[in-house]
Amino acid sequence: MVVWSEQERSIINSIFASLDYDDIGPKALCRCLIVYPWTQRYFGGFGNLYNAEAIQTNPNLAAHGIKVLHGLDRAVKNMDNIKATYAELSVMHSEKLHIDPDNFRLLADCLTIVIAAKMGSAFTPEIQATFQKFLAVVVSALGKQYH
Amino acid sequence: MSLNKTDKERVKAFWSKVAGKADAIGAESLARLIVVYPQTKTYFAHWKDVSPNSPNVKKHGKTVMGGVADAVTKIDDLKGGLLSLSELHAFTLRVDPANFKLLTHCILVVLAAQFPADFTPEVHVAMDKFLAAVARALAEKYR
Repeated sequence: MVVWSEQERSIINSIFASLDYDDIGPKALCRCLIVYPWTQRYFGGFGNLYNAEAIQTNPNLAAHGIKVLHGLDRAVKNMDNIKATYAELSVMHSEKLHIDPDNFRLLADCLTIVIAAKMGSAFTPEIQATFQKFLAVVVSALGKQYH
Repeated sequence: MSLNKTDKERVKAFWSKVAGKADAIGAESLARLIVVYPQTKTYFAHWKDVSPNSPNVKKHGKTVMGGVADAVTKIDDLKGGLLSLSELHAFTLRVDPANFKLLTHCILVVLAAQFPADFTPEVHVAMDKFLAAVARALAEKYR
């Protein structure tokens, strides 16, 4: 059972309350496809991913980035039961999307770096630790239903 | 996943922009490492003060980043250039190489936070590859 302190809950809620999904979502997903190019394997139908510029201007990818980031909303609202909250999504990522669960960690790392770039020095080590703890729980939950 | 010509050019160009702040980057990276990954504190049990703002952490962060700066100058032959550092890590320090990845991540977070405009995705991938290559060179002598 994951235990969250009041401070940790407050940090996570605060980050997501002030998040510009339309900006951060696309940035995180595009960064993942550029920094870890093998993740492009899941986006065969999205159009031109030929180079970094194509990736960053691809509208399909941008829309998908926003969708994926909003996927975290349910975890924020159900921090005490992320595993159950994402059980169905985990099955979907395994059975329908066939995504290697290690890729969840790669996207989580890119999201951390994009948030760090946005928040600058306000992204303190303590806030980084809390944010990464949250993402680690999400990543674990999404990988839980793979068999 | 070795460094190609473009990677090396990007690393050198980006490093020339950030080199002036290397000490502070090192201190902050190490501070983040021990806060975000508390298990890494086991390597610093001999310090009385392992808090993120302690003088030990600042000084050691500077040392570590000095090693990274040196690696940039030896980017064409990291294995050869970092040989003695590898021996130090393998025989004396014996830091589990898994921790190199954790520190790399913290360095990238600091670079993103302090140089958001310059730390583009292209620079990010070049720096990630570079730091991974440095880690491989440091682990060379382990076994």
